[in-house]
Amino acid sequence: METLYTVLIDPFVQMFAMPDFFLQVLWEGLVSGVLYSLIALGFVLIFKSSRIFNFAQGIMVVFAALSLVGLHSFLVPYVGNQFVAAAIAMPLTLGIMYALAMGVERMVLRPLVGQPDIILFMATIGITMFLIGFGEFVFGGENKVMITEALGIPTGAIEFTPFDGFLLLEEKDVFAVVMAIVLVVSLLVFLNKSAMGRAIRALGDDHTAALSVGISLSTIWVLVWFIAGVIALATGIVWGARAGVSFALEVIAYKALPVLMLGGLESVSGAIIGGIAIGLLEKIFEIYWGQPLFGGNTETWFAFIFALIVLLFRPQGLFGEKIIERV
Amino acid sequence: MFYRTSGQFKTTYESDQALFPIKQDMILLVVILAAMYVIFPMFASEFTYKALLVPVLIYSLASLGLNILTGYAGQLSLGTAGFMGVGAYACYKITTIFPEMNIVIALFLSGFFSAAVGVAFGLPSLRIKGFYLAIATLASQFFLVWLFEKWAWLYNYNASGAIEVRTMDIFGLVVTGPTASPVVQYYFVLGIVSVVTFAMINLTRGRYGRTWKAVRDMDIAAELVGINLMRAKLSAFAVSSYIVGIAGAMMVFFWKGAAEPNLFDIPMSFQIVFIAIIGGLGSVMGNFLGAILIVALPVVLNLLPELLGLSIGSATMEHVNVMVIGSLIIMFLIVEPHGLARFWALIREKLIIWPFPH
Repeated sequence: METLYTVLIDPFVQMFAMPDFFLQVLWEGLVSGVLYSLIALGFVLIFKSSRIFNFAQGIMVVFAALSLVGLHSFLVPYVGNQFVAAAIAMPLTLGIMYALAMGVERMVLRPLVGQPDIILFMATIGITMFLIGFGEFVFGGENKVMITEALGIPTGAIEFTPFDGFLLLEEKDVFAVVMAIVLVVSLLVFLNKSAMGRAIRALGDDHTAALSVGISLSTIWVLVWFIAGVIALATGIVWGARAGVSFALEVIAYKALPVLMLGGLESVSGAIIGGIAIGLLEKIFEIYWGQPLFGGNTETWFAFIFALIVLLFRPQGLFGEKIIERV
Repeated sequence: MFYRTSGQFKTTYESDQALFPIKQDMILLVVILAAMYVIFPMFASEFTYKALLVPVLIYSLASLGLNILTGYAGQLSLGTAGFMGVGAYACYKITTIFPEMNIVIALFLSGFFSAAVGVAFGLPSLRIKGFYLAIATLASQFFLVWLFEKWAWLYNYNASGAIEVRTMDIFGLVVTGPTASPVVQYYFVLGIVSVVTFAMINLTRGRYGRTWKAVRDMDIAAELVGINLMRAKLSAFAVSSYIVGIAGAMMVFFWKGAAEPNLFDIPMSFQIVFIAIIGGLGSVMGNFLGAILIVALPVVLNLLPELLGLSIGSATMEHVNVMVIGSLIIMFLIVEPHGLARFWALIREKLIIWPFPH
């Protein structure tokens, strides 16, 4: 009876007793959900266009953020002004991400065309290891601080007082959400309106058919990996502003996986909705159920178990393509 | 020349399907076993046991377990380390509850716990396929590691939160704990690995192995010819987790001596997946070749600068190592996606007809 009360009634009582705190929890969940969506988006783009489950997306986030911070700290003594340094470092980082996309396409994907999915998946883990080693070798393994100020990201906080309570929104979180929305909208416009975007979608629908109408596989792959790199950079900036830049960031890549399960591996909207849903639910579960009942830190597995349960009812995720199997 | 099959006639189907269809294979196996049991222990130092021989064997066994599931039954799993943890913690609890029990019996008993957990987490495989299943197995990985941390009963309410293996002996011979000699531990691990490997070679050749392969190649077709999918998939999960659990228990009891929950975290899962893939999916021998490469390579790479007389900082060396291993994995996948076992099969074919090209 006691347990039943703490499971079924007490959490809701608390939610209504302190609505301002509940709103705060929702906001925190939303922000991390938006970031999960961004990472999941990188996965989905690559999976759609090449059927590659790109495990390296997480380390690309770290690598992009590290390159930006590393280049910035390298440039500051030369140009003297941190804003100018950031303005130079930004395009240089994008250049690095483009070079990475080129390198991956040329050295890993091209020789492995047509291999089973699992081999390509393993190859992306190989890329992950290479990037971890390379990143630590060049930039060092220690924690770094994201150059929020030089990039012009606001760092203050906005206070609200709803329900006679207190709600605190950090401005960089607001910035993160706004940037994510801008990024997603421009990506959707690009995918749906531009010729390149249509080519990406065509490749996702049917490789052979796309090739036969003259779509270049290698160009599209470089493009897709570059877009994934840009998304990684954006994620790296906002997540780095929240938690610092280190290889621990790689963990968030694992967080994007249940999002993919929930939303479906091929669905852009699934990645966004799934990400936000998981961000919200895992925060709520952690605060109202996880900490009183399980001793906390349930965020490491809640999303997976939740996605697993959903998958038992819809094996292709909420928005994935219906699986039709024939013998 | 020395690997020629002429003169070895098969007159029955049984002899064609025998364990060693060619006599030379048997001789080769005897040579390898002799090397493992007799020749290595004559030259190996304590460092070689701890850093090379024992880890290679344990990782081979874990990879063999994964290979049953992924290579034979076609269910990709990324949660291997979690099941190893279940085996290790189960063995630890069994030896604390029954202090008198023989460690070998405890070891084989603890496999049943990981098998049960494996079946539980294998249930989704009846609905979910491919990468969705791979991510679903990650659920077990994260959940189990979290459980090892939070459930204090598992580590006997130790302040450190880690499990430590106490000294245990069999008939007066110390086999676990800090005072155990590496040679004894090596023989123990080698013995268990040999027994399990022999059992698995025969299992994969038999009825269950054929069912698993049918499910791997196409599960709907397998169902249509009358294979019970649930039984096939869950038995693969059970056997796989059983072996993986034993490997995990051996890792803690005969090699590391102590373990924290994060030992069984995701990097180890990936390491084992690498061994299975580089070695060759759907092959028993591949696991050993893969383990030799993946486990021994970092050790050798660490020794290399010293041998070349270079002085590089150990941190830098570590980073370069990770880079080199990452690129080597990609290179191996490009050169031979079917793994080292396939490589050996090609060499063997060439050897049989050598020196004639056809």
